Amino acid sequence: MSTAATAESGKDRLFLLKVLGPIHVWALGVGIVLVGEYMGWNFSVAKGGALGSLIACWVIGLLYTCVAMIDSEVTSTVAAAGGQYTQAKHIIGPLMAFNVGLYLVMAYTMLEAADALIVGDLLTQLAEESGVTDFNAQAFVVLTIAILAFMNYRGVLMTLSVNFLITAVAFIAIIVMFFGISPWNEGVTIFHGDLLTGLPYGWIGVVAALQFGMWYYLGIEGTCQAAEEVRSAGRSIPLGTMCGMITLLIAASLTWFMASGLLPWEYLGQAMVPLYDTARMTGSPMLQTLLFVGTLFAAVASANGCINDASRAWFSMGRDRYMPTWFGAVHPRYRTPFRSIVFLIPIAVSFAFTGLLDQVITFSILSGLLGYTFMSINVIKFRRKWPLGVIDRGYVHPFHPLPALMLLTLCTATYFATYLGYGPQLLSIMVFYIIASIWFALHRYKYVARGDQFTMTWPRPAGY
Amino acid sequence: MSIWTIASYAAWAISALLLGWMLFDLIRVGAVYGEDFLMSAREGEDELLQEAEEEEGGRK
Repeated sequence: MSTAATAESGKDRLFLLKVLGPIHVWALGVGIVLVGEYMGWNFSVAKGGALGSLIACWVIGLLYTCVAMIDSEVTSTVAAAGGQYTQAKHIIGPLMAFNVGLYLVMAYTMLEAADALIVGDLLTQLAEESGVTDFNAQAFVVLTIAILAFMNYRGVLMTLSVNFLITAVAFIAIIVMFFGISPWNEGVTIFHGDLLTGLPYGWIGVVAALQFGMWYYLGIEGTCQAAEEVRSAGRSIPLGTMCGMITLLIAASLTWFMASGLLPWEYLGQAMVPLYDTARMTGSPMLQTLLFVGTLFAAVASANGCINDASRAWFSMGRDRYMPTWFGAVHPRYRTPFRSIVFLIPIAVSFAFTGLLDQVITFSILSGLLGYTFMSINVIKFRRKWPLGVIDRGYVHPFHPLPALMLLTLCTATYFATYLGYGPQLLSIMVFYIIASIWFALHRYKYVARGDQFTMTWPRPAGY
Repeated sequence: MSIWTIASYAAWAISALLLGWMLFDLIRVGAVYGEDFLMSAREGEDELLQEAEEEEGGRK
């Protein structure tokens, strides 16, 4: 080790900087997700009608409430970067950890690419409204990723403080619009009585809508990636995650209420920017501008949080040698996983340059869904191996094992829903993870730091 | 040349600058600091805990 290093750090070991609090955890979780309120959720309307979409919104809300509760409990004990990857490593085993790590990196990197594409699409729309027809958005897609990666590189506190501000603006925009349309004037400013038409495709349509219902909440589980950088993981992670989930349930319900009360379901089901279109229906230039800014901020906040989370997962896998150890480095000045951040930039840009927004997001959603399935099994094993009272928990989720079983059931229903609409993609991503698992088992596992990776000072698990 | 075309060139230039700086810094850090030091972060340990332990040790 160089003298300069010791002198600069003041210690002989580097750590990720512990500077975050509950608001940063909230900003990370809600920031990743809120873009789903501005767009994407409405494809559930095309599958199940407006009422079907509302059922999907609340059923999937239940799925994510289970995710948030389970995640809060496990992360309050496993306070390390990597989130669910680290949980899997300690509770289930290396092959599951490798897969969960890959789910996380793929889900967040693809979502980041999709968010950058959305920024490009919004600017294209703005340019077209200004009369420009040959606008090329690629430069702005790369710029979005470059600026956000630069912020992430330079420090987590600034990154997530910015995320808090822009996420708050995007959330407040939804609240302002709700009051702006005077929702108490049914039949005058809002028209649920005329526009709600039952279930156009019956209950199978509602099941098919579940897949797109995930857009309302996809990514809230990302809060636990901050576990190694919060000052008090046992308190901050559960508080930030649960407040984030409450925020999203409010935002999702308001979004559905406004859009379904102003736009017919046939249009809503295929709109690219449904909330912005709803604002246009009000005829208020102020609301339109606010919603345009809200959409832009929500997409940027989501990409920002995704860079943070994907890099932490990749960094953790490098640190345990599931991936080359080179990625497990911490920047001596900024205390960020800088090599992982830089490594994932070209991958995100490559996904973004495909321009296939729906395909990229479908793969992201499927990776997330695989992760949720893991969580239900994980928490059951966690409670069996370390029952209540054996180790300190910052939060204990209620009614165990009901949330785990409900999560597993809802994940199964969502797999079926995904199969109905995106069968080939579902099968191809399964094949991808099976091939990756074979590679890990036959080649990579021999490099894994098998003993050193178990870092929690827990007693021997029950039954071992 | 429209404002959008100029903005597009500026976006490419700023992106190149930011990405170039990160790459430069990444190489510089690798050259200045030892790999063992850069990869010394250990899961489950943190400086707050270390500081608390040091303070406790100092009191004794």
